[in-house]
Amino acid sequence: MPKSDSKPAVKASKDNPELRLIGTPFRRVDGRTKVTGQLQFADDLSFPRMVYVKLVRSTVPHANIKNIDCSEARKMPGVVDIMLGEELPVPYGILPVSRDEHALAINKVRFVGDPVAAVAALTEDQAHEAALAVKVKYEVLPTIDSIQTALKTPEPRIHEYGDEGNLHKKVSLEFGAVDEGFEQADVVLEDTVFFQGNTHLPIEQHAAVAVAEDEDRVTLYSSTQTPHYVHRALARVLQIPASRIRVIACSVGGGFGGKTDPFNHEIIVTKLALKLGRPVKATLTREEVFYCHRGRHPVLMNLRTGFRKDGSMTAQHLRTALDGGGYGSYGVASTFYTGALQTTTYTLPAYRFEAVRAFTNKPPCGPKRGHGTPQPRFAYEIHLDKAAEKLRIDPAELRLRNLLPANSVTANWLEVGSTGLRQCIEAVVAGSGWKERYGKLPEGRGLGLACGAYMCGAGLPIYWNHMPQSGVQLKLDRSGGVAIFCGQAEVGQGSDSVLAAIVAEILGISLADVRLCVADTDLTPVDLGSYSSRVTLMMGQAAMQAAERARELIAKAVGAQLEIPENYLVFADNRVFYSGDPDKGLSFSEAVIAAEARFGTLGTTGSYTPPRAPGRYRGAGVGPSPTYSFTAAILEVEVDPQTGLYNVDHVWLAHDIGRAINPVLVLGQIEGSVYMGLGEAIMEEQEFRRLPKRLSPSLVHKMPSLLEYKSPGFHDMPEITSYLVETDDERGPFGAKEVGQGPLLPIMPALANAVYDAVGVRVDQVPIRPDLVLKGLQAKAKGKEARVGPANFPEIDFGDPVLVHTPEQGGDGRAVDDPKAKRRTGVGSSTGTMKERDQALKEKDSAALTTN
Amino acid sequence: MKARSTTTTAVLKINDEDHAVAFPVHHTLLEVLREECGLTGTKHGCELGECGACAVLVDGEPVLSCLMLAAEAGDRNIETIEGLQRNNDLHPLQTAFADLGATQCGYCIPGILMLAKALLEREPDPSEGQIREALSGNLCRCTGYNRIVLAVQWAAAMARGDDWRPPPEAFHSTSLPQASA
Repeated sequence: MPKSDSKPAVKASKDNPELRLIGTPFRRVDGRTKVTGQLQFADDLSFPRMVYVKLVRSTVPHANIKNIDCSEARKMPGVVDIMLGEELPVPYGILPVSRDEHALAINKVRFVGDPVAAVAALTEDQAHEAALAVKVKYEVLPTIDSIQTALKTPEPRIHEYGDEGNLHKKVSLEFGAVDEGFEQADVVLEDTVFFQGNTHLPIEQHAAVAVAEDEDRVTLYSSTQTPHYVHRALARVLQIPASRIRVIACSVGGGFGGKTDPFNHEIIVTKLALKLGRPVKATLTREEVFYCHRGRHPVLMNLRTGFRKDGSMTAQHLRTALDGGGYGSYGVASTFYTGALQTTTYTLPAYRFEAVRAFTNKPPCGPKRGHGTPQPRFAYEIHLDKAAEKLRIDPAELRLRNLLPANSVTANWLEVGSTGLRQCIEAVVAGSGWKERYGKLPEGRGLGLACGAYMCGAGLPIYWNHMPQSGVQLKLDRSGGVAIFCGQAEVGQGSDSVLAAIVAEILGISLADVRLCVADTDLTPVDLGSYSSRVTLMMGQAAMQAAERARELIAKAVGAQLEIPENYLVFADNRVFYSGDPDKGLSFSEAVIAAEARFGTLGTTGSYTPPRAPGRYRGAGVGPSPTYSFTAAILEVEVDPQTGLYNVDHVWLAHDIGRAINPVLVLGQIEGSVYMGLGEAIMEEQEFRRLPKRLSPSLVHKMPSLLEYKSPGFHDMPEITSYLVETDDERGPFGAKEVGQGPLLPIMPALANAVYDAVGVRVDQVPIRPDLVLKGLQAKAKGKEARVGPANFPEIDFGDPVLVHTPEQGGDGRAVDDPKAKRRTGVGSSTGTMKERDQALKEKDSAALTTN
Repeated sequence: MKARSTTTTAVLKINDEDHAVAFPVHHTLLEVLREECGLTGTKHGCELGECGACAVLVDGEPVLSCLMLAAEAGDRNIETIEGLQRNNDLHPLQTAFADLGATQCGYCIPGILMLAKALLEREPDPSEGQIREALSGNLCRCTGYNRIVLAVQWAAAMARGDDWRPPPEAFHSTSLPQASA
């Protein structure tokens, strides 16, 4: 029995200051395989009798397909099969509201690069040669090349569904008394801002290999961030039960959101493997990766905000117009995200948000790191810089005065729990010497501040269901080893290490005694995938639950065997022992043997479902998260006033991480976000150009190569000082929040603000190219407005707003009018609603995103 | 119709081991390493000489294996990522990259490690500028590069027997400054 002076053991939890592993800089569990060349990515796999697929892609941006002639190609050496769209007639798409893709185009192509035919051959060379011999005749349609063209060109429609003409989605939401708010303002500021599109540019090109195992059983290995969604798409398109399809996500060689859609090449190799009865591989070329895209939407924005003299805000009106490209992808969600998180950093009593997403004849846009949030965050944070100047308040002070308090419900009904934004701002202000230096540096040198907030996982899944968003299973046996099964996908962010560390911490074992089986739809419980910064929080909570259940079983058995109350047992150093006398105990494997003898074969599960958010209006599904991360950054820049060329010298960044599971991985995510943010801020552009009309009607990617698409290199990186603010969030595993996306958000606006501090030029668009800075400098020299950016925002009918009372007004989270009276926001008519969608609604399979 | 793929044979000396291979004469060293020799540790990101992911060493010098025909590589000493460790012991570069988090997705890392190896053989105590210069042909989308530079400096110290380590803030973040009143 316990000695009288001994205390019950403190379990490994966020309240326990004596964590052994969590919070220490340990080597990532896949670290060794990643430096030895041992780790296999999807294209590293090969199987006996494997054939290779090349896709024939559209050479025109918008056309009806008149004829596809494969007769020559079929006679080419090594050709095994040529597949056309009619063999895969079922449409798919990541969101149930926009299943508008076919693996191979049927009747119509929508951008240069849209796949039309798939050629399988014995070697990659043979497939390539034969693909060149496929002849496609097109009837060319007018090209919709921009948001502006889409707005004035309702016909011909790129898709036969959507809110109207070539407008895929319209949103109009109003929270609180916006007009009254503007009336109460002392100053109203308005900005029109453009954020150019850019792409993920993972160094690994997408690859997929399918292996048929029986007449109707098949395994797909793919470089995907979302094996579960690929699994669902395959079952749907191939029309075979999901139980016969196994999807394994290989370690991903860079994703950043670019590998979160189910892709045509994944569906094609799986279909062909079943058809041909042999393994089939497709690896995209770099040029094809640019066509896959799903990257950052180009967004034109107009932002109006009312301020009182003390800097507090009375109301905000944000309008956004997104250039969506040729397909839906995540676009409906992206559209809502250009407004949803605007309320999470500073108190905003009234907020109107209107948005439209256009279809255009370009590769489809989708989610890239920050998904829809960097664009309006850029607009907001440069807007605040201007407001601070006008109101004669220091930009840091203006933000501090407006901070959203912890445990707030925002005007648009987001529950924001813990917030460390104040500590973040204070850290970068102190670290950079802001108070002594901002506004006082010599001409050409400047400091800029910006902040941001991001979700730790989307509150709702992509398709409506009541099941957990993450599941973890543990298998323990007499060896003392613990196997962890989870559907999450390691994309480089370190999710494998987070999973292993949480289980190892709770069971008091070393990482070497943990074995992972992840991202395998046959063997692992469902986790929705690596997107929306959800994995650490959701998988982490599921892992904690599974491990705590295992610890409980072991403690029962050990306690009985050693006659010690269970809560006096400590799990540490691969042992289970009495807190009052560490010598009294068992090794971990002996402890498992005791439990296995008492309870039989050991296995536990854990799962996580996010809490329900309070918003009940249509559109409330986008934005809720269990908790939010916060970031503040200050950039120091030196601008050459003669050329507009500039260097970012130093970045100070503070991030509210909740609790760092592994600080080395957290710092890596921060530095990677700073890098990617600087790429977007300074140079990256997914740009298109028209070919000379006499040659071709085509709209083509301006630079589909790694060299021409400019991204930062080894010489372009500033020094980065990173601060971690630990707020110990009660909803995070061990208090942890996300870090993969949030730290990117302030980089672009902080750069724009720093350039202004340095040379007095406002660049209201991204990228902030040196030639634009020079243009501003030249205007300034001539006494004109030293501003570069879009002149105006087009007239757009966003439809009647859905009015929602704010919590402050005593609202209940629902729209004021009967939501059924207004079927969907901003819909002028019901034209083009897909049969698909109606059917999906019937099946209750409809988008959680737009219904509630 | 074009008659392609005249096949040739060669004995490639890779990591001090001979590989007798037959391959289409137009195939690159990258393709032959990965497809004929099964050495998939060498990666590809563009196959146009733009990203550096496929870098290997040929007679000690960095070469983009996507730009060299395998037929040119006979009788030469080829080193790939698989040859970097000695038996089961990691090279200091590998240890430093793994422990400092200089590898995230890990896809560009084999090429970077091979270039870093060539650098350290030439210059055992490289400056930060020399490291950035030596690696400037390689792209990485995950890390933001700085941690890679630090890892090379750490590995160089290890290889020299110097006990220099990266500063604590590279492992634990910078301590929060006291907010001024």
